[in-house]
Amino acid sequence: MLNTVKNIGQKEKIKLFLEQRKPIIEDWKHTYYLWKSTPLAMIGTVIIFIFLTIAIFAPLLTSYSPTEQFMEERLLSPSSQHIFGTDQYGRDIFSRVVYGARVEVWIIFIVSIISVMIGIIVGITAGYFGGAVDEILMRITDMFLAFPRLILAMVLTAVLGPNLTNTMIAISLVDWTVYARLGRAEAMKVKSQPYIEAIRAVGAKDLRIIAFHVLPMSISPVIVQLTLRMGTIILTAAGLGFLGLGAQPPTPEWGAIVSDGRNYLVNQWWISTFPGMAIAFVVLGFNLLGDGIRDILDPRLRR
Amino acid sequence: MEKLVEVKNLKKWFWTSKGIFGKKEAVRAVDKVSFYIEKREVLGLVGESGCGKTTCGKTILRVLDPTAGSIFFKGQNITHLKRKELLKFRKRMMIIYQDPFGSLDPRMTIGSTIAEPMEIHKIIPRKEQEEKVIEIMGKVGLLSDQINRYPHEFSGGQRQRIGIARALATNPEFIVADECVSALDVSIQAQIINLLQDLQKEFGLTLLFVAHDLSVIKHICDRVAVMYLGKIVESAPKKELFDNPQHPYTKALLSAIPIPDPKLRRKGQILMGDVPSPVNPPSGCRFHTRCPYVKTRCKEVEPELKCFKNIHYIACHLFS
Repeated sequence: MLNTVKNIGQKEKIKLFLEQRKPIIEDWKHTYYLWKSTPLAMIGTVIIFIFLTIAIFAPLLTSYSPTEQFMEERLLSPSSQHIFGTDQYGRDIFSRVVYGARVEVWIIFIVSIISVMIGIIVGITAGYFGGAVDEILMRITDMFLAFPRLILAMVLTAVLGPNLTNTMIAISLVDWTVYARLGRAEAMKVKSQPYIEAIRAVGAKDLRIIAFHVLPMSISPVIVQLTLRMGTIILTAAGLGFLGLGAQPPTPEWGAIVSDGRNYLVNQWWISTFPGMAIAFVVLGFNLLGDGIRDILDPRLRR
Repeated sequence: MEKLVEVKNLKKWFWTSKGIFGKKEAVRAVDKVSFYIEKREVLGLVGESGCGKTTCGKTILRVLDPTAGSIFFKGQNITHLKRKELLKFRKRMMIIYQDPFGSLDPRMTIGSTIAEPMEIHKIIPRKEQEEKVIEIMGKVGLLSDQINRYPHEFSGGQRQRIGIARALATNPEFIVADECVSALDVSIQAQIINLLQDLQKEFGLTLLFVAHDLSVIKHICDRVAVMYLGKIVESAPKKELFDNPQHPYTKALLSAIPIPDPKLRRKGQILMGDVPSPVNPPSGCRFHTRCPYVKTRCKEVEPELKCFKNIHYIACHLFS
């Protein structure tokens, strides 16, 4: 909205702007307060923050290439030279784990966007229109839900061909059902609210009602679910990588690195252990953050 | 006087089914109702809970689709108009909802809530929208610096003002006020009713005032229609109806108004029993199960709404 008072200085304009948005700012302050008083959410946030920082500043954190092979330095145990040791091709594990963070971020990002988009569109359409549309869309969703997730993702990557892009597509196609069901439930709840009828009485189109009234109400549980599922996305990607169906060598994907080290696990434990720990920490971080966000957004805990 | 809204034989039935193979049953919420509202008139629609008065109001606005009958707005039949054709009528007829808490989107600032009808009907350029919103907010007694606040920050009375502001946003001619004060406490009720009355005079609005509270009706309406089980049983100008009620149901309703004096004896009769189910309405006159003057004819033949003294309509066998 524009300011109503005209011909005033820049400073007053800013002041007026802040004045008018006071409730919004206060709302954010309250969110910050709730976040501060939820220790687990803070720990989760810190872990995810470190994870993202590592992904962004990967080249600054290590001087070794994640893919270049040095056969004379193979299978070295952790030392000051290679703090996580080296693998059977003489690659530095630390730099592979660090660069692996980038691959994981990329997977999460793409999978989240694709699966949430498909899920929200299918879910809200089904929930809002109901009837036959709902039946058809939900039965299609049930078809995807009928198979165990990892098995379905494996089949899809196997069919599409094992590489990173196809892994992401496969995980998205498995994961959207969660958001579709959530979106549908929310849309059904919101659609029966009196304010939806009120705005329909004014003459609003379905598309407008969905975009401005149903979607904003349905999106927050989906976002919470998404943060909770980011850990699962990493686990699925790592699982596919471990099975050789995901990222192909020499891409430093954590699951694939764990898989690399599995023949050496008894004597050269460090190859699999460090990427495994990285997976565990990041998944834990996302789960804590997701739980925290769920608590923070819970209206019963808010004013 | 010109008739702004006219309704002929309006029916609205809802269908319920018991199980997949169960028989479908009709809930006759509104059954063959005919009336008209003159321009700048306030028509009160009263009746017990569940008698179909709200359904009737919503059906006139085509928020609900009528089962049968016809609705005229300024002489034009709007009963079967498609969404697009209906749009130009929508901005001339608005509704104020009963529930001031549920009828506002909790995620929208009240500025955007009031501006939304303007956006949908594109009645005003975006740049001038805020000025117009603030003007309307002033009219209903809201302060302009509340424009970016959310509904949960307001009390019930203020929220109802927001609802009224939204209804006024497109400069409508006809407003259905659906029990718009029943959720408020008495002192706030008075404020909102006076506000509605002022706005009605200022904008020359035509109101269909749906309520179950007769003292509220007495205060604001020009003419009153009494509904019972989906039918209008009596309608007359306010003075005539309150001074000279004819239908036994109306008499019973009027005698049920609380009198703030314990020494005064109640005249007339208090009704016994409940309203029969609209799924299976009684034969003949629908009121015969509770009527103190019931005769055999009442149980068999349905009385027509007949005009007496030119202004007073009654549907009862006692007057034919």
